Amino acid sequence: MIELQAATIKAGDFSLNEISFRIETGEYAVLMGPTGQGKTTILEAICGLRQLARGKIILKGRDVTGLSPAERAIGYVPQDLVLFPTMTVRQQLEFALDVRRVKRQRQKARVEELAELLGISYLLSRKINGLSGGESQRVALGRALSFEPNVLLLDEPLSALDESTRLAMHELLRNVQDQTGVTTLHVTHSQEEADALADRQLILENQEIRERSEGQDSTSDEH
Amino acid sequence: MGGLSASYILLIALLLIADVAYTSPAEFIAAIQKPEIQSATWLTLKTCTVAAILSVWVGTPLGYLLSRYRFRGRWIIDTLVDIPIVLPPLVVGLSLLILFHVAIGDWQLEQWLRDDVGFPVTFRWPAVVLAQFAVACAFAVKTMRVTFNQIDPRAEEVARTLGCSRGDAFVRVALPQAWQGIITAFTIAWARALGEFGPILVFAGATRMRTEVLSTTVFLELSIGELGSAVAVSLLMVAMAIVVLVVLRLFGSGMEG
Repeated sequence: MIELQAATIKAGDFSLNEISFRIETGEYAVLMGPTGQGKTTILEAICGLRQLARGKIILKGRDVTGLSPAERAIGYVPQDLVLFPTMTVRQQLEFALDVRRVKRQRQKARVEELAELLGISYLLSRKINGLSGGESQRVALGRALSFEPNVLLLDEPLSALDESTRLAMHELLRNVQDQTGVTTLHVTHSQEEADALADRQLILENQEIRERSEGQDSTSDEH
Repeated sequence: MGGLSASYILLIALLLIADVAYTSPAEFIAAIQKPEIQSATWLTLKTCTVAAILSVWVGTPLGYLLSRYRFRGRWIIDTLVDIPIVLPPLVVGLSLLILFHVAIGDWQLEQWLRDDVGFPVTFRWPAVVLAQFAVACAFAVKTMRVTFNQIDPRAEEVARTLGCSRGDAFVRVALPQAWQGIITAFTIAWARALGEFGPILVFAGATRMRTEVLSTTVFLELSIGELGSAVAVSLLMVAMAIVVLVVLRLFGSGMEG
């Protein structure tokens, strides 16, 4: 479960005031809205990279507002992916497990399981240079899922992909959600993506979050 | 403009040619076979290496701190780090000498190190290292700061969401990306240490076979009228400087941009 209670977030001159919403455990929610409204800022606040000026963040019933990003155990896939440039694909997937001092044998098993789920087993020994957009997305997703987080935050993960790769990724994301049951918040501009993936659609506009109800004209939300 | 640029290049070339023309291979070999000069060469290699390692060891976390964090009083640290670069070298040496010998009540740093710790510093080899480190470290900090400025901090942020503390993210993610900068910082610190003279003369003295490094050798040989030996040692230092420049070129410079 992800819950923001009257969260005020300041990022330089920009601020979001009194934002509240709740996503239930196991839900796949999509957050949409015009550019520059602060969707990424909300994700960064949830994963602890931005401090709240006021309000609370509750994850799985626990108030995590004052906790460091490491203590929140959130899988985060930023828009620009930010794969670690000095590591192989295997090292990226092992990273969070290694930090947690998981035994080598279990690390290896988890990496192989994830690689199979994401269809990147053939990439494990590769460095990240030369990976295609879709391959990089899968690696970033695998890295975020490796430590079995409670919550997965995806920031426009499919925006840079071509049509066919994007459709394949839709299927993959649904498959991951079905298999792991991870509560997901996915930021996107694409109504098609939202319709394909979301259990719930949230819209951030003019400092307010509202729910997009079933049957609402999808074109009215696109910018 | 071309003529003006060429005149400076010509000046450097002529300086080197003049040094080479002044001495002969036989004179050069005779000079570098002198026991005093051999001892100074070894001490130079050892102290420069220790000073450069210390500089990188201190300069890497400090450069990272100055690159990544905005905190109250940061400008004071920033200014303090630059002081050894702008201070006249003799003043660095004099300040070190005063620091180690100023009496605070009955207590004195040098006396404490000598009598209680058993590690006297002033006018011994550790003073050479400290004098070199005092200046070289400032260059290492600057190099590492530029290096970390060029590395995207977002990777460290993502590492923190994956379970790293800030320290872990630095060691596991930032440091492996900074290896070229570390080599550059080491090389620049080593080269600075090689050229250091004033602080060493004041703080470590110029005792032959004990605290004499190559820069002091040039001074000592000159002072006893051995111009040939002074030039031979200078050429040896030129050769070392060229090796340093080649290493810098090979690994690319972290100072760019």
